[in-house]
Amino acid sequence: MKRKEEAVVLSQREISSGIYDMWIETKLAEQAKAGQFIVLYPKDRSLLMPRPISICEVDGYKRSIRIVYRVVGDGTREFATYQEGDVIDIMGVLGNGYNLKAAKGKKVLLIGGGIGIPPLVELAREMALMSSKLMIGNTIEIVSALGYRDSDTFLRTDLEAYSRVYVATEDGSTGARGTVMDAIEDFDIKADMIFACGPLPMLRSVKQLALEWDVPAYLSLEEHMACGIGACLGCVVKTTQPDAHSHVNNARICTEGPVFEAREVEI
Amino acid sequence: MNTQVSIAGVTFKNPVMTASGTFGSGMEYSEFVDLNKLGAVVTKGVANVPWPGNPTPRISEVYGGMLNAIGLQNPGIDVFLERDLPFLAKYDTRIIVNVCGHSISDYVEVTERLGDHPEVDMLEINVSCPNVKEGGISFGQRPEALEEITKEIKAHAKQPIILKLSPNVTDIAEMARAAESAGADALSMINTLTGMKIDIHKRTFALGNKTGGLSGPAIHPVAVRMVYQAAQAVKIPIIGMGGISSAEDAIEMLLAGATAVSVGTMNFIDPYATEHVIQGIWDYMSEEGIEDIQTLIGAVSER
Ligand SMILES: Cc1cc2nc3c(=O)[nH]c(=O)nc-3n(C[C@H](O)[C@H](O)[C@H](O)COP(=O)(O)OP(=O)(O)OC[C@H]3O[C@@H](n4cnc5c(N)ncnc54)[C@H](O)[C@@H]3O)c2cc1C
Ligand SMILES: Cc1cc2nc3c(=O)[nH]c(=O)nc-3n(C[C@H](O)[C@H](O)[C@H](O)COP(=O)(O)O)c2cc1C
Ligand code: FES
Repeated sequence: MKRKEEAVVLSQREISSGIYDMWIETKLAEQAKAGQFIVLYPKDRSLLMPRPISICEVDGYKRSIRIVYRVVGDGTREFATYQEGDVIDIMGVLGNGYNLKAAKGKKVLLIGGGIGIPPLVELAREMALMSSKLMIGNTIEIVSALGYRDSDTFLRTDLEAYSRVYVATEDGSTGARGTVMDAIEDFDIKADMIFACGPLPMLRSVKQLALEWDVPAYLSLEEHMACGIGACLGCVVKTTQPDAHSHVNNARICTEGPVFEAREVEI
Repeated sequence: MNTQVSIAGVTFKNPVMTASGTFGSGMEYSEFVDLNKLGAVVTKGVANVPWPGNPTPRISEVYGGMLNAIGLQNPGIDVFLERDLPFLAKYDTRIIVNVCGHSISDYVEVTERLGDHPEVDMLEINVSCPNVKEGGISFGQRPEALEEITKEIKAHAKQPIILKLSPNVTDIAEMARAAESAGADALSMINTLTGMKIDIHKRTFALGNKTGGLSGPAIHPVAVRMVYQAAQAVKIPIIGMGGISSAEDAIEMLLAGATAVSVGTMNFIDPYATEHVIQGIWDYMSEEGIEDIQTLIGAVSER
């Protein structure tokens, strides 16, 4: 059940230049899954629209949610000022999330670009947990390839807890020089399945790679949103087949997504 | 206290409705709002066939409001009748179906199909969408075109029809009179105001469609003025909308001459907005000692 409710900020810190890491206490954590998102309502009344932010982690007791976001405008600038104890309005849990079951017995590659990395943390955590309960031969091997601007490799250690991590930086200061796609080539990474979140050009390359490798690839997409719950039809992506809800070649990213199999969408 | 109002012989338990396109088919918001509490649910525009809508981005936030260019994406009348209408019919609320089309015959086709469904209480004819090139607004900006389409639809409609007027005209009173004289049972206003936003960093239009419809708190005073002018010009009831974000805004609309109101963009900012507006109207009436909501309609007086 989706709800709008008040949540309490438990902690917030700047983990990298302009990138903030916030834990909030909320009942929504009980149902939150990797790949889903929440929206935050800015307190500034001139900023009307709720801001969608991915779930980066859910604590083990399912009492709080972690979000990691980059300051890009007035809304996120306001969020960055929140401190422990502040009460904020959020709504969730939204979207479909990643299909973890499909990963059983597979070697899985998580591809993250910049501020697309946060949802991969919860994904890796849930997959590692699931894998620990699976029979030998059915476990999941997780590898991550992360792309950054420079050596400021936020969330890298979080992913190292669950996976083998390869890095690319635009300035070449750490790991492969270039994009995350260069890291995959340079380190000769192979996998049976891909989960990816990041900027659109990266997702386009990932789709290409998935077609070449002939493996499934689940991509997290973004679009400007108004309602966040499937009512306004503002947040659509073009689909290759007519969508079951809309009956045209358009699916709602907030509801049928944000995660789509690469072949389902035209990006 | 009486909060019941009536429009063209249809009674509503209270005057608060949802604005077309901001509440989906009701299904999405039913997780938040008890639809039984609403005066009516007004659906997203329905055409004779599925419409794909406009390219993205379709949404852009602006100061005090938003621009949208959805382009009337909808699954068409068949899906609406099979899936959305049976869902809504389970609730104890009035159902108003918003009708759109590219040509008069499109509108007439949808009107006739809906005529076979008595669960549908009224039709709202959208002749004011600024986001589709043919149809929509082209019928809503000239009085002659508005009269022609109103007459045609009225001749085929089994339910009372509401003509949804565009604010993108010079003289709203003239448009209101045209719709009334052609047989409209009621009017609703305002649809969105045509706007544009430019992203100065990318130096591109913020919306895929270049222009979009402005809605939200910023347009409320424009809407109040237009409802007032139209109410002065015609006798048929008016459903007022445009930037209603609180009970105060809704009451302002009633005082300006609206018989009912619709909450639109505010649903996005607060999914419980409709319930809050209903509760707020109730509180206002009890505080001010108002027994019957009807006494508020058009009750603004000169200073
Ligand atoms: C499903 C989803 C998950 C996301 N997860 C994260 C995350 O985990 N971390 C993170 O840093 N960012 C994430 N984003 C992007 C984030 O929503 C935007 O950066 C944020 O809304 C910007 O708000 P602002 O007021 O600071 O910027 P402004 O540019 O001032 O915002 C103006 C308007 O545009 C919208 N907008 C701007 N950029 C985007 C965008 N990229 N996507 C959607 N709407 C946008 C805003 O919501 C607002 O309505 C996610 C977006 C989506 C759709
Ligand atoms: C996202 C969105 C979609 C809309 N879709 C429709 C529609 O399908 N048909 C219609 O007649 N009006 C549509 N409208 C206009 C609204 O019904 C309403 O007239 C307008 O938004 C003003 O009210 P508001 O400021 O409360 O939103 C839409 C508005 C928005 C914001
Ligand atoms: S944001 Fe409204 S449908 Fe997705």
